[in-house]
Amino acid sequence: MTAAGNPAFNAAARPLGGGRRLPLTWLGVVPFFIYVGIFLLLPTAIILAGSLIGPDGSISLSNFEGINKPYMYKSFTNSIEISTISAVLGAIFGALLAYAVATGDPKGFLRRSVMSAAGVVAQFGGVTLTFAFVATIGTEGFVYLWLQQHGIEMYPNGVWFFDLPGLTLIYLYFQIPLMVLVFIPALDGIRPQWREATESLGGNAWHYWRYVAGPLLFPSFLGCTLLLFANAFSAYATAAALLTQGGVIAPLQVQALLTSETGSSAPGLAKALALAMVAVVLVVMSLYALLQRRTSQWLR
Amino acid sequence: MSTNGSKLGVEVRLEQLRRVFAGVVALDELSLTLAPGELVALLGPSGCGKTTALRLVAGLDEVTSGKVLFGGTDVTTLGANKRDVGMVFQAYSLFPHMTARQNVAFGLQMRHVDEQARNRRSDEMLELVGLSGYADRFAHQLSGGQQQRVALARALAIQPKVLLLDEPLSALDAKVRGRLRDEIRRVQLEVGITTLFVTHDQEEALAIADRVGVMNKGRLEQLGPPTTIYSRPATPFVAEFVGLTNRMEGEVKGGEVIVRGTRLPLVRPDTPDGTAVALVRPEAVSLASDGDAGGGPLVGTVIAVAFLGATSRVTVDLGDMIVLAQMPTSQAAATPAGSRVSLTLRPDPVLIARDETAAAEA
Repeated sequence: MTAAGNPAFNAAARPLGGGRRLPLTWLGVVPFFIYVGIFLLLPTAIILAGSLIGPDGSISLSNFEGINKPYMYKSFTNSIEISTISAVLGAIFGALLAYAVATGDPKGFLRRSVMSAAGVVAQFGGVTLTFAFVATIGTEGFVYLWLQQHGIEMYPNGVWFFDLPGLTLIYLYFQIPLMVLVFIPALDGIRPQWREATESLGGNAWHYWRYVAGPLLFPSFLGCTLLLFANAFSAYATAAALLTQGGVIAPLQVQALLTSETGSSAPGLAKALALAMVAVVLVVMSLYALLQRRTSQWLR
Repeated sequence: MSTNGSKLGVEVRLEQLRRVFAGVVALDELSLTLAPGELVALLGPSGCGKTTALRLVAGLDEVTSGKVLFGGTDVTTLGANKRDVGMVFQAYSLFPHMTARQNVAFGLQMRHVDEQARNRRSDEMLELVGLSGYADRFAHQLSGGQQQRVALARALAIQPKVLLLDEPLSALDAKVRGRLRDEIRRVQLEVGITTLFVTHDQEEALAIADRVGVMNKGRLEQLGPPTTIYSRPATPFVAEFVGLTNRMEGEVKGGEVIVRGTRLPLVRPDTPDGTAVALVRPEAVSLASDGDAGGGPLVGTVIAVAFLGATSRVTVDLGDMIVLAQMPTSQAAATPAGSRVSLTLRPDPVLIARDETAAAEA
């Protein structure tokens, strides 16, 4: 076929609809914006609006005064505490695992199996996960009972499993694999030449980690820790299934305020608390984005 | 410029270096001595062992057997960080979170030089490579060529005994490559440092080096000045790898080869008689317009003229084979595409192609 005998080809090379191509190219992202609008922006708007409506139906800030109570405050700090601990522990163990995987063969069995397992486990949570833990190391769990039969008491100083430490442990189950998934790209961005350059310039392994790999990975590590924090902070079902006492952490407090059996439900107050949670996540995720942007320049 | 230009390079000796990876011989008994201040280029196709050799000198890899000596001192068992070598990698070796100045100062920091002194030295080194105004830039704010200049400055800042360059130009585009190549040579001469340069690009090796070592399959095929490598290749591999070569069938007889009626002397007169493929350089082929349009074994038609600047390469179809001829552009103008020409082969000593390829050609 000659070029001259193919006018259709030349016509196709021109932008569709003359110079006005913007409306058409934007069409592709419309489903995404609809999705974000319905599942992210709309609920946030409802929470914001609801939090500004007082018990008597008028617009007021009374709900925000309402959350400034010791028990509300406590559920919030509990949430922050458990999220911080599970994020930091998850980040440390996850980073170590990710490092082991990243230094191995990129197409090897270890990497492929760890990455797919992490992909599945990081999404595992909620009632099923809690049940799995209860059935394993709960006071009726088979590991607990088996150890007990062999004269070993898992909880010699009282059962901590059904309290915040237990919840932290369960959270680690998905925090560690999530860290592996989000931290691997940064580790992959570390080039072997940097270690060799450090060596040829007279540095040893300590210098390499202190001056090169450490500073390069730290922002990403911190960013990933923040992501893990947000992940734990917003988890609900796992905690709801484990903790019998209501309102221990912020998401459960929101639930308690919405579905009080004594008829004292306070939807406005619940929404004010939820809005405070949104604010925390917003701050954390902004910092995460900031840190990721910084490292992406280094570790391409 | 106080770049310690007075510092004399040291002699670097590689003695029967051998490296075996899981049963595969990557480097086979390489022996090579670099005179103080000399620049030797190791040239060869990928997998020929040149990079292995460089890494053994750097201490980034361990020898299977053999020795590396710097100025008479055996450094074979020393780690890379104790060897005092400056190394420039193929690409992306600058620490991305440090400025150019911090990169250059890094080796001095490892040597506990105080900050003021190392910054002063960094700035001197950046000036040496022509990047005075770029001290505060990060790697991602520099072009590929600039990054390699910083890498060179970083390697030299520690005043190493030896400079090792591992294909430092191969990630750059052609124009920058040529300029930076000359720049590297200028800096190397100015500092006077003994340098080993590894490349797969023959033009680069021939242009920059005092001596070129051509490697193939873990072995050093030939070591010599660029002109010798080009005009007197010691082996058929070198003849074919370095520069363009016409493969012309002929008859070896009594220490000569007869190619289409022209007698050519052999580099190795002891070649046994018989049919063989002679390797003839394009520069050894000259053209004359064939006014009579008569026949003959070396008469053909010009099918293409490639303008290369001062010289041109003319492709001639002899009917049963294609021959390349290279000549000054002014001469090539006399024989445009389509003209009938007769070829003359200059009686330079020629090599005979390796047996296996000759057999395959036949």
